[in-house]
Amino acid sequence: MSKPDLHTPQISRLASILILFVLLAATWLVWSGLFKALLLFLGLVSSVLCLWLAIRMRFFDDYLFSLPVGRGYLRYLVWLTREVIKSSLDVTKVVLSPSLPISPRIARIRAGSDHPYDQVLFANSITLTPGTLSMDLDEGVITVHALTEQGMRDLLAGEMDRRITALRGK
Amino acid sequence: MDTVINIVSWLLMTSGGLFVLVGGIGALRMPNLYTRMHAASVTDSIGPILVIGGLILQAGMTLASIKLTAILVFLLLTGPTASNALASAAMLSGHKPELAQEISEDDAV
Repeated sequence: MSKPDLHTPQISRLASILILFVLLAATWLVWSGLFKALLLFLGLVSSVLCLWLAIRMRFFDDYLFSLPVGRGYLRYLVWLTREVIKSSLDVTKVVLSPSLPISPRIARIRAGSDHPYDQVLFANSITLTPGTLSMDLDEGVITVHALTEQGMRDLLAGEMDRRITALRGK
Repeated sequence: MDTVINIVSWLLMTSGGLFVLVGGIGALRMPNLYTRMHAASVTDSIGPILVIGGLILQAGMTLASIKLTAILVFLLLTGPTASNALASAAMLSGHKPELAQEISEDDAV
């Protein structure tokens, strides 16, 4: 298995610093919504301060824009929202039934993608979906705790992993 | 048109509130830490989606909607991260989950 390349950026270091600056400045403008000279100046100072901290933290040494953001990503988010709604209803049913029919399970699941960002996306998607919870992520193997046997079976069917692996795919 | 938007937004906020309530009830009813976290994650995930969705409908096409969307995104990003940290801290401190059925190491996929 080849390690994913995190150190060869697809855009230059200067470009990613500039992109982050634009993002920070835009965020400040949206949040304040006021266009007075003093506030604009404070926004500029904050953005530059954040950039300086990010550079000091070696934020730009790794490939920054590594999430495969695109149409496939949006489709995944829509699918994930549907899963969250479905499993919320399942957990609600369990919580409200008088007998409290839980059957906790633990399993280790290997993520299909080698890329650490994809593995984090997978682990966080598992946790975001009620009824399943990732407890540990080590070398691409995620330890998952599930509230019910059915929930674990749904996860082991592997559709979420397939969709995440396909995001970067080809 | 306003009435329709209001009704949809009330429905979203009320159902969101109900899910938050269910999360609270679940956190009380569940027997141990990990299962409680499952119940609480109903409050974490679908609760804010519905409540903030309803609020966005109330705010309409304004700056407030953009801020609400950002709040939702941050909640959905930080919630699971905090849960992961909590679960792995519990594991590290030796808090063993009670399982309905032991699963051996060989079940690793």
